[in-house]
Amino acid sequence: MRRNWVKIALTVILLALLALLPVITSKDSILNLAILSLLGVILASSWNILGGYTGQTNLGHAAFFGLGTLVTRLLWLKAGWPLPPSLLAGGVAAVAAALVIGWPAFKLRGVYFAIGTLALAQAGYLTVGNVWPTITSLPAKALATYQLEPRYYLFLALAVLTVGTAAILVRSRQGLGMMAVHEDEDAAESLGVSAFRHKLLALSASAFLAGLAGGGFAYYYLSYYPQMPFGAVWTFDTLMMTYIGGQGTIVGPIVGAVFFVVTREQLALQLAGVQLTIFGRQLELGQVHQTVFGILFILVVLFLPGGLVEVWGKIRQALARRAKRRDANLASQEQVS
Amino acid sequence: MLQELAQKLVFGILAGGLYGLAAVGLSLVFGVTKFLNVAHGELLMLGGYAAFGLFTLFGVDPFVSLPVVALLLVLIGFVLYKLLFARMVKLTEDNKIKNTMLVGFGLSLILQNVARVLFTADDRGITTTYSGEAVTLFGVSIPVVRLASLAVALICLLALHLFLRKTYTGKALRATVQDWEAATVMGIDIQRVYLLAFVVGAALAGVAGALVAVCYSISPTMGLDWTLRALVVMVLGGLGSIMGTFVAGLVLGVTLSVVGGAWREIAALLLFLLVLLLRPQGLFGAKEG
Repeated sequence: MRRNWVKIALTVILLALLALLPVITSKDSILNLAILSLLGVILASSWNILGGYTGQTNLGHAAFFGLGTLVTRLLWLKAGWPLPPSLLAGGVAAVAAALVIGWPAFKLRGVYFAIGTLALAQAGYLTVGNVWPTITSLPAKALATYQLEPRYYLFLALAVLTVGTAAILVRSRQGLGMMAVHEDEDAAESLGVSAFRHKLLALSASAFLAGLAGGGFAYYYLSYYPQMPFGAVWTFDTLMMTYIGGQGTIVGPIVGAVFFVVTREQLALQLAGVQLTIFGRQLELGQVHQTVFGILFILVVLFLPGGLVEVWGKIRQALARRAKRRDANLASQEQVS
Repeated sequence: MLQELAQKLVFGILAGGLYGLAAVGLSLVFGVTKFLNVAHGELLMLGGYAAFGLFTLFGVDPFVSLPVVALLLVLIGFVLYKLLFARMVKLTEDNKIKNTMLVGFGLSLILQNVARVLFTADDRGITTTYSGEAVTLFGVSIPVVRLASLAVALICLLALHLFLRKTYTGKALRATVQDWEAATVMGIDIQRVYLLAFVVGAALAGVAGALVAVCYSISPTMGLDWTLRALVVMVLGGLGSIMGTFVAGLVLGVTLSVVGGAWREIAALLLFLLVLLLRPQGLFGAKEG
């Protein structure tokens, strides 16, 4: 009970600090870093609802994110819709695409869903590149009034929404059903838990939140090629953040995302322009973070399925054990003297 | 009009042969080990660069260097298996698929980046003295290198087929596909069978990659596209069916070629979805339980 209060208090303090961040600092670099971290939190936490809790590996999160950017940007900039309904439409479009794959794939077991989502993302990437080959930029009028604060608050709100949804969902009846499906599909079915329904529910929630993240990106990013958000790197990043932090937990994806984004940006900053000569070839080290994280990711999957959260848990256990032993030692010494 | 269609069909079949070859390796590995190695396309990429390197540095004809490329990929496959995949043999089937997929995903990221550093991000292709030549048949042009590549793909397939049907080791492999527990009881060393399937799959990927370098072009980021085609072809053909997989490769090749243009990838996705809805055991696969 006391631990719960500590948790709630910490959450409130953290949220208050985050809400005050633009007041504390007006540095663009810090706000941008915060926005990218929040984006990472949304992507990782939304992936985690399906991948971590329900045990269905989605290899095409970029498709849902990308669809969100595409639809929101088209409606908001081209059709002149206000932002909120454009965002919502982006989320709905992502869910629609998710169901197109999820409906047939979840009727079957095994690899079909992973392959289907991978195919969806890559088909989206190539098709969007063919159909909308030119760069999309915010119009001059919007650029003149561009401010980071509203973007930051939008991402903060979306991150709170995503983590909140995940936290409430996993404590609900539906969430228990999802975890039961993850543990043992046959056992869950035999208890009357429909694996198909719970997978679709988790997928819809996951895709909707990723689509909203895409909408936020369309609102935030000045100019990019429309196919860029469909790139596989978004899926890669999402997977790495989730697993390195600790999949199947609420805190894991948050920790993983912040760790990933901050390390990535720091590496890019430190190594920008640094060149190394190997085999007589000039090597740009700017991209080295992907190799580093790729290795870290594999190590986590193979040896540390609980990620950083598990490491922290183990350290805390070890500390507690040591404290206990010290107390016991002290007690026995006192007895001797 | 008719001729144009015939030309597209021919190009589709020629490309489809390579899709089939790429997918057969993946399908063999998946069928035997239940490893879903999504870094398969990166193995193609490595094979392509090996052939490219042998050609530009030593002037070795790409069709002559195929055995060397295959051997190199066997070596790479061996290292990857011992280093990573051997650790996942004992997992349950669902977890095995999932974890190998995740490890493969990380591996593909690493290999892509290493390749970009070593080979630069440029598109490369092998241009031999006979690369421009083509046979014309009823007004349909057939590039010689692509025809030869299709022939190589067919030879590889036939060799694999004979190996699986006629040799003792091949029979051990097929026994493992059917029931690995029973196979163990019969004295088959599962670890060795898995390793064998994995390195043969890698070798097939290497050969396919070398042919891609001859017929089309290679780049460090080509892997994902090829993995995806191989995966779609594998599902289309029926999981674990070698012949079905190859024919499905031809189907995908023809589909992509005939649809063409901006929507071709969507057509491939639709094909995949149709198979999931109507014939989940694949176009040619036997019915699974």
